[in-house]
Amino acid sequence: MLTEHFPVLLVVVPMVAAPLIVLARSGFLAWGISVAVAGACTVMAAALLARTTAAGTISYAIGSWPPPWGIEYRVDAANALVALLVSAVALVVLPYARRSVSAEVGQDRQYLFYSLVMLCLCGLLGMAMTGDAFNIFVFLEISSLSTYVLIALGRDRRALAAAYQYLILGTVGATFYVIGIGMLYLATGTLNLADLAVRLPAVTDSRPVVAGFAFITVGIALKAAVFPLHAWLPNSYAHAPSVVSAFLAATATKVSLYVLMRLTYVLFGSSAAFADLPVGGLLAALSVAGLIAASAAAIFQKDLKRLLAYSSVGQIGYITLGISLANVEGATAALAHLVNHGLTKGALFLLAGAMALRLGGTRLDALAGVGRTMPITSFAFVVMGFSLVGVPGTAGFASKWALVTAAMAGGHWWMAAVVLASSLLAVAYVWRFIECAYFREPAAGAPAPGEAPLDMTGPALSLSVVVIAAGIHATPVLLAAERGARALLGAAP
Amino acid sequence: MSVLGHFTYWATVLLMMTGLYIIIAKGNLVKKLVGLSLFQSSVYLLYVAPGKLIGGTAPIVGEGFTVYSNPLPHVLMLTAIVVGVATLAVGLALVVRIREAYGTVEEDEILAADAKDD
Repeated sequence: MLTEHFPVLLVVVPMVAAPLIVLARSGFLAWGISVAVAGACTVMAAALLARTTAAGTISYAIGSWPPPWGIEYRVDAANALVALLVSAVALVVLPYARRSVSAEVGQDRQYLFYSLVMLCLCGLLGMAMTGDAFNIFVFLEISSLSTYVLIALGRDRRALAAAYQYLILGTVGATFYVIGIGMLYLATGTLNLADLAVRLPAVTDSRPVVAGFAFITVGIALKAAVFPLHAWLPNSYAHAPSVVSAFLAATATKVSLYVLMRLTYVLFGSSAAFADLPVGGLLAALSVAGLIAASAAAIFQKDLKRLLAYSSVGQIGYITLGISLANVEGATAALAHLVNHGLTKGALFLLAGAMALRLGGTRLDALAGVGRTMPITSFAFVVMGFSLVGVPGTAGFASKWALVTAAMAGGHWWMAAVVLASSLLAVAYVWRFIECAYFREPAAGAPAPGEAPLDMTGPALSLSVVVIAAGIHATPVLLAAERGARALLGAAP
Repeated sequence: MSVLGHFTYWATVLLMMTGLYIIIAKGNLVKKLVGLSLFQSSVYLLYVAPGKLIGGTAPIVGEGFTVYSNPLPHVLMLTAIVVGVATLAVGLALVVRIREAYGTVEEDEILAADAKDD
């Protein structure tokens, strides 16, 4: 049956689509293929999520080589959820891409753009699906290499410098990860994650394993842009084409955060020896620093996309704060915020892209009076901004509430105070947009643009509606996140 | 084990730190890529050296073959070499484009040009 092969098809379909698109050489055909692939991936990921909910973990042996010798794809409630987020965001972003890419990328290079998006999708889904530590590295590099090129396609020459900076830091991060995995392999002789979790407790008092853990954590944290390793992120998101910013902000760092969760809980949570290491405390301290510093930095940006990028670094702090609690409630909050913030930030970057199309840029000065000229887009942007702040009725509130509850249940009252403080900072940076859009006159002689075309506003607004729906009816995401958290922590469902 | 007995590890650490230092300290974009390449190459040694047993052969099941070297690290590093080559190629292509756009490959001059644009 075909459904049995969904775990591998989810990765192989976009991988095969990438060279097919290059052969097609037509921008329109390339776009059609990539939308179809994103649709197929979403269906497969949804089916996998439904199956893990009903029947628990699915183990898929590539080429029928039994694990731990062969590469195993292991799907549980956590990574099926992440895969669904990634493919669903791709499905929303790609229909939007048609017009946005026509405006921002040269006509002769458009088919290559879609090919790269497919490679990036393949890498991200592969990182989510695989149960093999070295396989994660390979897919990490597939997604990263395509990401560097996608960012470099931005109109501004600063996109090139940003892509180069990301290439250096991203490669250092990936190499740190592979060094760490090498040390674990030397100590245990296995690369299968489930097998590693069984064998690690016997060797955790050896120095290379502890060093390996440090290398892995730093490497993945670099890719996930955990403060203070976020230096590559603001420039990359600010200068990349709008579609790329939206897709990456919603998926790339989120998949890395999922990998961080999986490795921290599955590998290193399995052993009491690691309980002595101050990992949780360190991660909590960095999260708090990121929450405050990055949110404060966002207030002073001159460019809307850069503002959103700094806000992303801050919001990642909520997710890592949840991870640092290292219990089911904390992991639930982290996974829920991972999904909710991914959707919110995707919608925000899509809306910013619609403004960029009409106004020729996203500098806040250029956005003066946009509340009157593009009322629907601006209104949706403000509502999505409320989701960043965590106003009740938006998705951002549901997961922040889960985080605060989890922190208080653990007796960490100060965490609740920090979450509140950083939410106030979020009010300040969202206000920056409101002030420009609604309280400033458009510059004299500026063109009076209308709303962006429907094929751009449509996907952006439908994603916004999803965010609101996930805020009003928060239970499905929270339940799915809780199932994922239990799967990650090995707790009984 | 003696210090000399671990010479492959010393070589690995030396290469790794040299590469990382070049990435951090050099402002020239091409030199940074050289450092990055060196840094990645050191990992090949980290993996391959412990897989080799003195007197070990390829893993062949048969008469006269008793001690095997581990072939898996070699296979992993083949993948890592491909990744390294691809990264270097993308990196150099970016440097060519940066040279066309900015007229320089020095980091401080690029930052100065960006600051002037703002």
